[in-house]
Amino acid sequence: MSEFQVDENGYYGQFGGAYIPELLYPNVKELEDNYLEIINSEAFQKEYLYLLKQYVGRPTPLYYAPNLSDKYGAHIYLKREDLNHTGAHKINNTIGQILIAKHLGKKRIIAETGAGQHGVATATVCALMNLECIVFMGEVDIKRQSPNVARMQMLGAEVVAATSGSKTLKDATNEAIRDWIQHPEETYYLIGSVVGPHPYPDMVARLQAIISEEIKWQLKEQTGKENPDTIIACVGGGSNAAGAFYHYMDDKEVQLVAVEAAGLGIDTGESAATSQLGEVGVIHGSKTILIQDEYGQIVEPYSISAGLDYPGVGPLHAHLFETKRGTFLNATDQEALDAAFELTKLEGIIPALESSHALAVLGKMDLQKDQVIVINLSGRGDKDLETYITELGKRQARGDE
Amino acid sequence: MSKLTQLFKEKPNRLCSVYFTSGYPQLNDTVSVIKGLEAAGIDFLEVGLPYSDPMADGPTIQESSAIALKNGINLDVIFKQLEEIKNQVNIPLIAMGYFNQMVRYGSEKFCEKCQSVGIETLVLPDMPMIEYEKTYKAMFAKYGLSNVFLITPQTSEERIRKIDEMTDAFIYVVASSSITGAKGSISEKQIAYFNRIKSYNLKSTLIAGFGISSKDTFDTVCEHVNGAIIGSAFVKYVGANGVNTINGFVKEIIG
Repeated sequence: MSEFQVDENGYYGQFGGAYIPELLYPNVKELEDNYLEIINSEAFQKEYLYLLKQYVGRPTPLYYAPNLSDKYGAHIYLKREDLNHTGAHKINNTIGQILIAKHLGKKRIIAETGAGQHGVATATVCALMNLECIVFMGEVDIKRQSPNVARMQMLGAEVVAATSGSKTLKDATNEAIRDWIQHPEETYYLIGSVVGPHPYPDMVARLQAIISEEIKWQLKEQTGKENPDTIIACVGGGSNAAGAFYHYMDDKEVQLVAVEAAGLGIDTGESAATSQLGEVGVIHGSKTILIQDEYGQIVEPYSISAGLDYPGVGPLHAHLFETKRGTFLNATDQEALDAAFELTKLEGIIPALESSHALAVLGKMDLQKDQVIVINLSGRGDKDLETYITELGKRQARGDE
Repeated sequence: MSKLTQLFKEKPNRLCSVYFTSGYPQLNDTVSVIKGLEAAGIDFLEVGLPYSDPMADGPTIQESSAIALKNGINLDVIFKQLEEIKNQVNIPLIAMGYFNQMVRYGSEKFCEKCQSVGIETLVLPDMPMIEYEKTYKAMFAKYGLSNVFLITPQTSEERIRKIDEMTDAFIYVVASSSITGAKGSISEKQIAYFNRIKSYNLKSTLIAGFGISSKDTFDTVCEHVNGAIIGSAFVKYVGANGVNTINGFVKEIIG
């Protein structure tokens, strides 16, 4: 078995597991006992792939970016997850999990969301399947991502503000877990990333693995090459990176680059670069690397991007980091903004702020001219327009073009 | 024999325990709360170790924890506070916190400190059984610590029996599918659940928690299990009234 797949106890190396109160044990156990059988069933695969094709719009293009390639002197391809229905890779996972929830007979769906992308993707599949949907979102995120709040409400979801702690993704997750504890029987918790207790990290990685499955044949079709040299993806919890890396984890000649949000800078105290600032610990039911103080209190992270503003990282990524299979880089708020403006101008694509972090490391890497790089463009920038308008104003005031 | 085992031998029913948040409402209230509760006749105490992300707790305990952390509480301060009154406290002390706190502090060092300040039992609601069996059972034993597991209305009989076998303190019977701090009375459904557990004839003492907030709920629960833990209701009380009238709060419940 691959050393990058979860073991029979739910661990990736020393990371993962299920560190949950007894109150959640039956729910998690039910999922653990059933998820593989459901995912591997013919009926599930048929419906999942049908919906991904006809509803989500897959396969998403693998686009050779000529101008970006010229600028950085390498062959750069963009995996266009931004073209998915609802604007990001998140829907690959929600389509899969809603089918699992239906199979388990659950009627009430809860989810957490940071930027709102996962919330929208969950509200969307709940509308599609006619299931009750409650989305927990940090009060701070509700303010900075108001269009997504309206989208969720229009889709019929109830958006509940998480008002504890830093009022961001971490706290939205705490509130969702609490809700699940209080409604154990009829509720399905649809987690949006490769985080949480086993089997969530593995289940979500499998549902996002369609990304690298497509990259494999698309790259072959376009270049004749089996593998790219490098894959770059941003990491908050790490679901888009898990999907983009999934089918390459054992191909050690493929460099896997995970890009974390440095916020204002790694050493400023305002950062979300977990691998650089974190220590081994437990968050949201999983043993992983997280940003914490000497007493194990979880530190509130910071990033301009709500989707990367998370103090932990999925256990698979902690394992990729510890084993050095993954290369962990980071980008600051400003570097991400600059990368977003650069891609928009060079290729006519406005990326999400999260994905802009992945683009931002191109200038920090030592690239070869025949190097084939795939960047997972996990989402589109519509939701970040307000931030981009502010940046545009600054640029205009400075007299940039 | 541990103080707790001794207590259970002497008093098999109507055991009353209180959970309090260390360092709340004021940093140094830990000491007055412990002394006050012992004087008021509480049988044993749950010393809450405030955590930033208390998954199994409701808003009352989370908010009190956030305030305590802001007050400057941490494990070293708590151990120091307990050390100071070690010789003045006779009732058993249990520490309740989260797994990450112990691991980050250094599990062995944590256990050693607990033992030295007189804590003899731990409740870490998010510690998986597999970790306990693999690593912590032996470590806790080395420092004379016993571990408490929780069971809920959804816990299977097989698992309850396994927990009963592994338990040398008591089983923490979560009275409802709920986070701490739930309100209301004890329902027929909960009583049926208590009776189902009783019918298993377990060897362990059964203490109920989560949602015990008044004389009424305490009395009802004690008809079915050996005792109960009052948590959020007490935290709310000291938050509003301070630490000087604890006696009144306790008498109201245990008479």
